[in-house]
Amino acid sequence: MTHLLIKELDKRFLGDPVLRGVDLAVRSGELVAILGASGSGKTTLLRLICGFERADDGTIAIDGRIVAGPQTHLPPEQREIGYVAQEGALFPHLSVADNIVFGLPRRLRRARFRVTELLELVGLPASFAERPPQALSGGEQQRVALARALAPSPKLVLLDEPFSALDAALRIETRAAVAAALAATGATAVLVTHDQAEALSMGNAVAVLRDGRLVQVADPVTLYRRPHDVGVARFVGEAVLLPGVAASGYVTCTFGRLRLSPGAPEGPVEVLVRPEQIRLGSIAQAGVAARVCGVTFYGHDASVSLLLTGEDQPRTVTARLAGHASPEPGTEVTLTVSGDVVAFSPDSGRRCG
Amino acid sequence: MTEAVASGPASRQRASRRQPPAALLVLALIGPLIVLLPLAFTLFEAARVDGAEAVELLARPLVGELLVNTIGLVLAATVAAATIGTAAAWLVERTDLPGYRAWGVLAAVPLAVPPFVSSYAWVSLSPGLQDFAGAWLVVTCSYYPLVYLPVAAALRGLDPALEETARSLGCGSCACFRSVVLPQLRPALLGGMLLVALNVLVEFGAFALLRFRTFTTELYAEYRTGFDGPGASLLAAVLLLLCLACLFAEVKVRGGAGYARLGRGVRRRAARLKLGLTTLPALAGFAALAMTTLGVPLGMIAYWLTQHGAAAISPAEASVSLLIDATISSLWLGLSGAAVTVALALPLGFVAVRYQSRFVTLLERMAYLAQGVPGIVVALALISLTIRAAYPLYQTTPLLIAAYAIVFLPLALVSVRAALSQAQRGLEEAGRSLGLGWAAVAWRVLLPLIGPGLGAAAALVFVSIVTELTATLLLAPIGTQTLATQVWADTSTLAFAAAAPYAALMMALSLLSTWLLARRFAATRFVS
Repeated sequence: MTHLLIKELDKRFLGDPVLRGVDLAVRSGELVAILGASGSGKTTLLRLICGFERADDGTIAIDGRIVAGPQTHLPPEQREIGYVAQEGALFPHLSVADNIVFGLPRRLRRARFRVTELLELVGLPASFAERPPQALSGGEQQRVALARALAPSPKLVLLDEPFSALDAALRIETRAAVAAALAATGATAVLVTHDQAEALSMGNAVAVLRDGRLVQVADPVTLYRRPHDVGVARFVGEAVLLPGVAASGYVTCTFGRLRLSPGAPEGPVEVLVRPEQIRLGSIAQAGVAARVCGVTFYGHDASVSLLLTGEDQPRTVTARLAGHASPEPGTEVTLTVSGDVVAFSPDSGRRCG
Repeated sequence: MTEAVASGPASRQRASRRQPPAALLVLALIGPLIVLLPLAFTLFEAARVDGAEAVELLARPLVGELLVNTIGLVLAATVAAATIGTAAAWLVERTDLPGYRAWGVLAAVPLAVPPFVSSYAWVSLSPGLQDFAGAWLVVTCSYYPLVYLPVAAALRGLDPALEETARSLGCGSCACFRSVVLPQLRPALLGGMLLVALNVLVEFGAFALLRFRTFTTELYAEYRTGFDGPGASLLAAVLLLLCLACLFAEVKVRGGAGYARLGRGVRRRAARLKLGLTTLPALAGFAALAMTTLGVPLGMIAYWLTQHGAAAISPAEASVSLLIDATISSLWLGLSGAAVTVALALPLGFVAVRYQSRFVTLLERMAYLAQGVPGIVVALALISLTIRAAYPLYQTTPLLIAAYAIVFLPLALVSVRAALSQAQRGLEEAGRSLGLGWAAVAWRVLLPLIGPGLGAAAALVFVSIVTELTATLLLAPIGTQTLATQVWADTSTLAFAAAAPYAALMMALSLLSTWLLARRFAATRFVS
């Protein structure tokens, strides 16, 4: 069942188009991540859904009701949404509990309706209820903001880069807590982010927004493995791009003959290999000869820069290896590729097939 | 995978560039327009004087004497205030001076003592203390906190890491103060000095009591002796231009103060220098300062309270009914003036915080211009205007309140803006998203957040009105006496004992409000 339906949405600021013809459908109970770089229009899209801004064209329907359209602009308070702002926007003059019940009718506010339950839902102890928001860490503030947004049982939860102000460790923990709370309530949610890992790990579907247009909407695995074009491929992860020639489901390139994802074309193409697909072997093993020219060690894994030595023109590719397997610079190795690869048309950069 | 790409600010800026509702804009316009009224009128009147006549009037020896007096005193007081203010700030903030917290408070309190009250104290202590020396002493005592406060704040805000870095690069402690600390204090110091200059330029009551002739006392004298048209207009214009020059310089100095520490996080406090043998002289200095700025004024008021009227040069007693009347007038004028001024500042502040645009900035600057318009110029302009164009308003309470609103609009605007910035738009949006209409958001989000700040703004304006003398003296309806005008009237006639109860009440109100405000600002603020 489609819960949020956006059609042909346009928005201009002072004549500059920010969103152009955006179409998006979000199913009930789904979490869609809108992924875009800075200035791509993703925050604007969210603010249009919230009703903080007016659309110039197109329609937005929440749960079958048109909230924005050619003649309609429902104010935010009538849209039955839950909104979590970038830095939480907790009311500084109210306690955690009063923040959570803020959107409820007076009777339920008095009764502190569901405060403990909601705190538990977002993974906070009930003892937090009486604290002022200032006494909370950034991650805790975000969890309270989510609890506040969920309290009136909204039809749609909208999250505007809710983790970007948190430091790395807190971010992962808070993400998990928020994802769990959203899943537990079965809420339909839209999350805006510029962080690929966040979009891929949290979204049931990821919508990539670029220059005001949605270029691809797909589940995270498809998005990562079969990106729509070279730009998306690079945006959602590291990419090694090589020239090759495709024929009958296989492509021939520097790494030899590799199997293409289904529906591949024929002729000259650009081949996408993800760094983690590249395997290193000893020189005795079969594969493409290469020398390790640099290692960036991250602990759990390592990014290894490799010079292909068997080529006419020297070419460098990047591989990602588990931290314990990271080689010494200068080591001679052979490279193989594991798994299917994707090919793009070399002219348009679009995925073939 | 880059995590560092910041997004948002660009789109948020675009989003905030909206047009304010027309009704709000109209309300916001009122303040700037009434500020512009006396200013434009004064300059217009001066410009109407025939060229040759103007030259003749301005070349009078009287104008020369006034210029020498005014500028000489401005320079002397500014330098003295800068020296005392900086030294006090440094001792309080950066040394192990015993009781530095208490001294820090005592160093700021003299701002609550209006110069005409301290001049009353000094004159009644020693009638010989008059003219330049007396004026210098009184205004320095009253206004050095204008340097002390910003310099102390700047010293507190300095990142000790900068000084430590300089020390690690081989600077001695003196060289470090000169080459690292002083340049960072410069905006605060210069800004404070220009505020002192501005306040000395517009001071009237103290100089009149000390018989020191400046532009303000001369303007008052000319008004009392029949208001000589073109001569007074030109004097007012010269004074106004001097003030505006100070104001513009101050804005420039403050605007260029790009030394704010960026980044969040808790900053360590700088280590305090051990005073050692210089502790005693430093303590003696602070004691003398407190004695001069607070001890003498409060002590003399207390002394005269206990004396019979006959002990003063002019024997006169204060009457209880007059005291009650004056107190009620002061309170009533203070409260209604504060309400009107904050009401004018509120829409302007809201538009300025929420709908930034060039036009709105212009409106705000127009309102701040009032800082450079001396109270006496405002009062004289309003008198002339009402006599010519709106006679029924002449010598009425609404006109006096309008004058207060003009003079204190900048003060209210600063506080209102600070209050409004407590309520970011994100909070309103959060409220709207939770199902509240704008009225409910205003009631449940905005008001609780900005209410205390608005109260503080009103309290500041209230204290300022209660201790205001110039505009009150010129514009109060006949028969209306306030605490300030009573102190003035009795001191002018050397009835020191009669003036004491009024002065005591006024000082009590002023100190009480200052104390309440200071407590509020010391209390934890909302940080979100």
